[in-house]
Amino acid sequence: MLSGITLGQYVPGRSFIHRLDPRTKILACAMLILAVLVCNRPAGYAILTLGTLLALGGAGTSPRLVMSVLRPFWIILTLTLVLQLFFTPGLALFALGPLHVTREGLVLGGQILWRLTLLIIFSSLLTLTTSPLMLTAALESLLKPLKRLGVPAFDLAMMMTIALRFIPTLLQEAQQIIKAQQSRGAVFSRGGLTRRVRGLVPLLVPLFAGAFRRAEELATAMEIRCYRVGANRTRMHQLRYSRRDYIVLVGAGAVLAATFALRWWG
Amino acid sequence: MCKAQISIRGLTHIYHPGRPGERIALQDINGDICQGELLAIIGPNGSGKSTLARHFNALLLPTRGTVTVDGLSTTDPANRWEIRCRVGMVLQNPDNQLVASVVEEDVAFGPENLGLPPEEVRRRVDRALALVGLGEQRLRPPHLLSGGQKQRLAIAGALAMKPSCLVLDEPTAMLDPAGRREVLQTLLGLNREEGLTVVLVTHFMEEAVLADRVWVLSGGRLVLEGTPAQVFSQREGMQKIGLALPGPAELAWRLRSSGWPVPDGILTLDDLVACLAGLLSETGWGRRQ
Repeated sequence: MLSGITLGQYVPGRSFIHRLDPRTKILACAMLILAVLVCNRPAGYAILTLGTLLALGGAGTSPRLVMSVLRPFWIILTLTLVLQLFFTPGLALFALGPLHVTREGLVLGGQILWRLTLLIIFSSLLTLTTSPLMLTAALESLLKPLKRLGVPAFDLAMMMTIALRFIPTLLQEAQQIIKAQQSRGAVFSRGGLTRRVRGLVPLLVPLFAGAFRRAEELATAMEIRCYRVGANRTRMHQLRYSRRDYIVLVGAGAVLAATFALRWWG
Repeated sequence: MCKAQISIRGLTHIYHPGRPGERIALQDINGDICQGELLAIIGPNGSGKSTLARHFNALLLPTRGTVTVDGLSTTDPANRWEIRCRVGMVLQNPDNQLVASVVEEDVAFGPENLGLPPEEVRRRVDRALALVGLGEQRLRPPHLLSGGQKQRLAIAGALAMKPSCLVLDEPTAMLDPAGRREVLQTLLGLNREEGLTVVLVTHFMEEAVLADRVWVLSGGRLVLEGTPAQVFSQREGMQKIGLALPGPAELAWRLRSSGWPVPDGILTLDDLVACLAGLLSETGWGRRQ
């Protein structure tokens, strides 16, 4: 029942993109997403598409993996395209019964479809090539300057680390509870919706009770090892930018600048 | 002869004093834990073993009396973090005391909290993992380790703080026999070879036999103390508070009380086998076949 859940979608590897500093990947991803959002010229789309192909190549991603990343989104992608095709007013190209497909609709629908696809690919590339732990470290490092504004960067990162650590443990525990309840005749996967939801109660109550007990013991264990909220922690793994990272950051910055330039002066 | 590392004087601990649910957990405990010794603390459930152990690193503070670690009083808040560095602690459930999703990151947690430079953290992590024999597992996620490995990882996490004393609160209670052996071997090695003071809270009498000294708690009082041989010669006293002798010691006692010339002080299976083999060859039984 729960075995299908995997944590994130990280695929380990040694590609160019894998070896980038995680902060570079987050920043570049943010810049490219912004570029996608401001882009409105064919030349801009061409640049972005080229950048996407380069990134996919640099990550060594197979076309099949790209398709499997896009598959869960196909309904929303098709729906957007169809809605734009039929409901954008303008010059009618051809008609399907009472509905008219307009030229403007085709252009707009195509643009939005392509934008969404690029957004999905960029953000998936980030999570496909970066382990959750590295993402946490990168967020901590990127948020550090905001500490003066009262953003608790260290504590946020600690929370993410602990969440990542305990998800597999809680899943194991949930499976144990399910087995224990099933061996006493509980049925989780039959009946109508209300019955199924009600069937979850004997699973969730012990799971939450267990989680609270764990949390208390974990807090003790952390205190034993001198964890103090707000104290200055160090990190064993230091993140370091290399030449590779500067190249990628400059590249992503150039793409962003180009789309901005095309939008306002092109 | 004994250089006291942790001194306990008149320690009384009361949970929820003056409120409903008030309960006296420890009553007037006195004693010293010596540098470099292996001390076992045993006692029936609810006798105050864990409560006592949690006073050694200032997790709990005395209601009355004092606990000092290397002369530092646990009641002074200024000493708290220094004491936590000197006295490492490992809890019962290995799953609930690991914080990171990679083995070496978890060991690094303590030194990182101390704000040490990254190179020093790295050195300590490598050393701690080598000491418990987990060097090869350093990049694995903890939830895929065996119970014994997880508990050794928790020990490594404590060792990375460079403590001079390690307190373990029933570290083997949730392990299978193989895991229990692993953890005990690790502890014995740390005590004998690294000179670490080890305080082992346990309800397995067989583990207490391995210690240099044993404290027996009952109803929040320290009722017996001495070497394992001294403590386990008090069969009646132990039974009165609901503790059994280790298996070999019990068998030796029964043989002795039914007239066999079995000497005092037999605690382990090896002792018993050696003694019985000697007896059998003396009486000529061993040569029958």
